Amino acid sequence: MKPLNPIIAACPPSGIRRFFDIAASMDNVISLGVGEPDFVTPWPAREAGIYALERGYTTYTSNAGLLELRQAICADLAARHTVSYQPGDECLITAGVSEGLDVTLRVLLAPGDEVIIPEPCYVAYGPCVSFAGGTPVPVPTDGADGFRLHIDRVAAAVTARTKAILIASPANPTGAVQTRDDLTALVALAARHDLYLISDEIYERLSYTTPHTCLPSLPAAYERTVLLGGFSKAHAMTGWRVGYICAPAPIIELVYRIHQYTMLCAPHVSQLAALEALRSGDDDVADMVADYDRRRRLFVKGLHHIGLACPEPGGAFYAFPSITTTGLNSETFAEELLRTQRVAVVPGSVFGPSGEGHIRCCYATALPLLEEALQRIGRFVDTLRG
Amino acid sequence: MREILDVLRADGHATPERIATLTGLDADEVRAQIGAWERAGLIRRYKAVVDVDRLREVTGIDLIIALIDVSVTPARGLGFDDIAARIARFREVRSVFLVSGAQDLRCVVTGASMHDIADFVAKKLSTIERVTATATHFVLKTYKDDDELFIETEPDRRLRVAP
Repeated sequence: MKPLNPIIAACPPSGIRRFFDIAASMDNVISLGVGEPDFVTPWPAREAGIYALERGYTTYTSNAGLLELRQAICADLAARHTVSYQPGDECLITAGVSEGLDVTLRVLLAPGDEVIIPEPCYVAYGPCVSFAGGTPVPVPTDGADGFRLHIDRVAAAVTARTKAILIASPANPTGAVQTRDDLTALVALAARHDLYLISDEIYERLSYTTPHTCLPSLPAAYERTVLLGGFSKAHAMTGWRVGYICAPAPIIELVYRIHQYTMLCAPHVSQLAALEALRSGDDDVADMVADYDRRRRLFVKGLHHIGLACPEPGGAFYAFPSITTTGLNSETFAEELLRTQRVAVVPGSVFGPSGEGHIRCCYATALPLLEEALQRIGRFVDTLRG
Repeated sequence: MREILDVLRADGHATPERIATLTGLDADEVRAQIGAWERAGLIRRYKAVVDVDRLREVTGIDLIIALIDVSVTPARGLGFDDIAARIARFREVRSVFLVSGAQDLRCVVTGASMHDIADFVAKKLSTIERVTATATHFVLKTYKDDDELFIETEPDRRLRVAP
């Protein structure tokens, strides 16, 4: 047989998969290894989905997605972030941010183009850049300063082949929120080198310590930024697969060309549910965010109590504590913690080499379970320290 | 300060120390605020939310609830307050609301049996001077009460480990 696509074949399987297999075979596991809310989608959106099914909204929508939904998204962004996109030609509905990221990279990259990615980062970033024919160029950040973006490191990584910078704030897996000043400096750097910015803002509404900075709202950012957003996290709609891309019309035009052939449209029912979530979901989002914030405080305090240093996560629903004082690497720590105490976390190394020495803990879990998990982690760390 | 009340409304057992952890406020500050609210009568009481259907299944104790709409003739100078207070003082009466609509007062009344409640309506409620009519609705099943859902909650269907 002839060889399969070497780019795909060279992509290692996600390090998360192995842990999934181990955890799935065990009972009494408390999982902090997930990447989604523990809330079920709030009822108004679910009810709108049911109503849509009853009324037979089971067809394709226009390729770009329902105009009403795009209008609602653009109005919402304008109201909360003073960023202005035209629903007609600057916004397209995707099957989640995952599809949005994939088509964006394929539109922006020519073979061999480089994309700078601050690390630790979401597991899909590097592979999606590679699949699009590009080369991911990771730039490390450190737990010591809360995974702050170092503009000088980003600048040092720029070459003649650099095409874009891919950034997420708040970030998975660190929960880090970048400051407005650092993001402004990043935009200036991108402008200096004529680079695109891909801003994954799926966690934007889960910002606890400072108001969210929407990257394209910064001066001179709009023209070179592709904004990726969605409903999965804030509205607890992961399984509905609905997100959006906002960008200047020439970019959206090319995004449209891929999307119309490969996805056609995001699920119709999901789009209607997302529309209802936007129209009436603010109070539900506020309640969920308040709940995450309480869990965040309790969990991070608990980690410090155990003696695991954890930079304060300002957003998302992850804590990314350091486990270097235990003497174990992150994979061994996670595996032994799961085997002996039945707590599932994700080793930091999965999110890039600079994630080594950390574990990702998702605190989107009920308070009693979080407290039990903290006790188990504490017992585990105690046994390591003798 | 609102956060303190949010935590307490969800969990009346929460100690000031726990509330402090969850909200990021200082424990002494939380304690002082709760004390002030208790003294001001804003926080009236901490009590359990009981699922009466489960109460019957688990303990065999019957607790019958009825919503009773009451029409009254308001008294000159006193409006509805005087008669509402007379009704509210009965120990069978759990809640009394002045409501808009066809009737004037909506009462929530509890008893050990339907007979108890019928007796209460016949002998006490409807004999009060200026009560002109009552309409009794027995609760057959409680789905949600006091913010608490009594229907089956959705299980955690998430994958255990996911990116």
